Amino acid sequence: MRPDSSSSFGERGSGRRPEHPGRRPGRRPGRRRWRLAARYTLLTIGALVVLAPLYLTVVSSLLPPSALAERPPPLFPLDPQWHDYAVAWSQGDLGVYLRNSAIQTAIIVCGQLVTSVLAGYAFAFLRFPFKRALFVVFLATLMIPFEVTLVTNTQTISELGWYNTFAGLTVPFLATGVGTFLLRQAFLQIPRDLQEAATLDGYGRLRFLLRIALPLARPALAALGVFSFLAAWNQYLWPLVVTGSGNGVRTVQIGLKLLQGTEVSRTDVALAGTVIAVLPLLVLLVVFQKQLVRSLTAGAVK
Amino acid sequence: MADVAFRGATRRFGGRPAVERLDLEVADGELLVLLGPSGCGKTTALRMVAGLEEPDEGEILIGGRVVNDVEPKDRDVAMVFQSYALYPHLNVEHNIEFPLRRRGVDAQRRRQTVREVAASLGLQELLARKPRELSGGQRQRVALARAIVRQPRAFLMDEPLSNLDAALRLQTRADIVALQTRLGTTTLYVTHDQVEAMTMGHRIAVLDHGVLQQVGPPHALYDRPANLFVAKFLGSPGMNALPATLEGTTAHAARVARVARVDGGHVPLGDDGAAAAGQAASLVVGVRPEHLALSPSGTLEAKVLLVELLGADVHVLCQLGDQTKLVVRQDASAPRPAIGDGVRIVVASGSVHVFTGGSGARLGGPG
Ligand SMILES: Nc1ncnc2c1ncn2[C@@H]1O[C@H](COP(=O)(O)OP(=O)(O)O)[C@@H](O)[C@H]1O
Ligand SMILES: [Mg+2]
Repeated sequence: MRPDSSSSFGERGSGRRPEHPGRRPGRRPGRRRWRLAARYTLLTIGALVVLAPLYLTVVSSLLPPSALAERPPPLFPLDPQWHDYAVAWSQGDLGVYLRNSAIQTAIIVCGQLVTSVLAGYAFAFLRFPFKRALFVVFLATLMIPFEVTLVTNTQTISELGWYNTFAGLTVPFLATGVGTFLLRQAFLQIPRDLQEAATLDGYGRLRFLLRIALPLARPALAALGVFSFLAAWNQYLWPLVVTGSGNGVRTVQIGLKLLQGTEVSRTDVALAGTVIAVLPLLVLLVVFQKQLVRSLTAGAVK
Repeated sequence: MADVAFRGATRRFGGRPAVERLDLEVADGELLVLLGPSGCGKTTALRMVAGLEEPDEGEILIGGRVVNDVEPKDRDVAMVFQSYALYPHLNVEHNIEFPLRRRGVDAQRRRQTVREVAASLGLQELLARKPRELSGGQRQRVALARAIVRQPRAFLMDEPLSNLDAALRLQTRADIVALQTRLGTTTLYVTHDQVEAMTMGHRIAVLDHGVLQQVGPPHALYDRPANLFVAKFLGSPGMNALPATLEGTTAHAARVARVARVDGGHVPLGDDGAAAAGQAASLVVGVRPEHLALSPSGTLEAKVLLVELLGADVHVLCQLGDQTKLVVRQDASAPRPAIGDGVRIVVASGSVHVFTGGSGARLGGPG
């Protein structure tokens, strides 16, 4: 939703907006209602387009195999097959994969937050030689797609003996140019006076970072946290390349792929597995919805 | 508490000095106002004391000790920033408490101290509020509270009233003076507002282009300005400056005549002024607006450009000859001229200051 549309809703609700002098009052409510209706229609269509695949996935995961073959497939599971989930969970070892994904994601998110905070702080507040040049290099990494470095990274990981380890899964992602940039920008918003006041109050660099800069950069931190969570959780290519059988550290996305290809070759079970794998993300989005929206609109509202 | 001193302190930015060889002492317990126009180096001077800016040359002393190499946090001075620099995410209580947390004061004692200080500034009702929920005046008081809570050796205040409206500024001016008197803490107070300086300072130091012009009690600077800059900067409006030549051809003749010729007529020089004027190649005479009056017997002929009524006073801006303008201050009860009127202006005897035309240094005059 565009920010201006949400604000005009708010004003209507409060009813305090003065009548526009140039218009006849009698005609306005009708016209406004039309515009409102049109707006909601568009939003509904948008929501349907976005939600349809998710809905179909959930429905299909609950259908019996026979119904899946029907054309068109049923849009509502009259006889939900909940045990598909049990099958997916046990046959596909999803518990283990989910745990691995959780560990991998936690390491990457924490790593990115810590490195981005420290690097962003250095670029925002410290004076050191080659600062500008280094920052340009950081920014340049944003332009390089991950696929370009894939081969080199794979080689490095295997030479380090990190194949099939959490180190191999996570270390290449512990630092991020985007995160550094994001936090640098957030830190630059903090007035220099605040830092100097803290200095006079006896707070050194680290204490200033912890007590002043971080609390003030919370929206940026939340945004970085959510986005790095999404990216880490949804990784497919890298885990596929650096993990092997024995499912020691394989993540849930790889687990899903295996679920489709092995003995349980049933679409409904595979879809049930997919729903299980997406669930943590949905929970995250619901919990952090406010922060997420705020961080996305932060620049616009300020 | 401690005295604060600059010894030949210089700070340059890109080769240009913002403060140049500043020698200045703030006595223990004194409220010294650093006054000057915007960009003259006041903030830079203050920041050198705080340790936020390092002098390129010279020394800063606090309590008789050179502190050039002392960390800002160990200098034990508190600064009130022009922007107040309140921590936006902390409520008033935690803002005030913030400096105490790093000084090994236990929680119980901290709480009590914060409450006392807050009460002394009328902030006790606002302790739970965030800075954005405060008015400008309240923010300003929180900034003051944060400065006094840790009982520093000196206060540094950078235009603390500049963000307040006029009525509040008047009130807060008095509050700060009362506070400083009660605490007796050495205070270096920066402002560009000469009224603030005149009303608040025990002494005033006037700065221009980073160079100290004059230091002294307010009345001394007003009555005996060391140069034309100080003369024009103090007072509202400042002193009138009229380029002048001596009546007569020799110094001796001038001394006898005791008048100086200016655009539109002549002004009387006192004994002292005449003696001083005789030595200079080119002259500027200075007269405060309150020492001028419109009168048919005046020695200056002028045309009225503007008449400004300010309640009790009226300022009459006049043109003398082609070049010179001056302001006459009248009582509002006196008959007021109209714009374009030709008038005559009388100069009170013994009120004319004499400056050199070149450097603007004072040569002589009353007092
Ligand atoms: N950090 C800085 N970098 C470059 N120039 C500065 C800096 N701080 C101050 N200056 C310059 O020094 C001069 C004095 O500034 P300042 O001390 O802030 O003046 P004031 O407080 O009297 O208005 C100004 O010309 C200003 O532009
Ligand atoms: Mg300043």
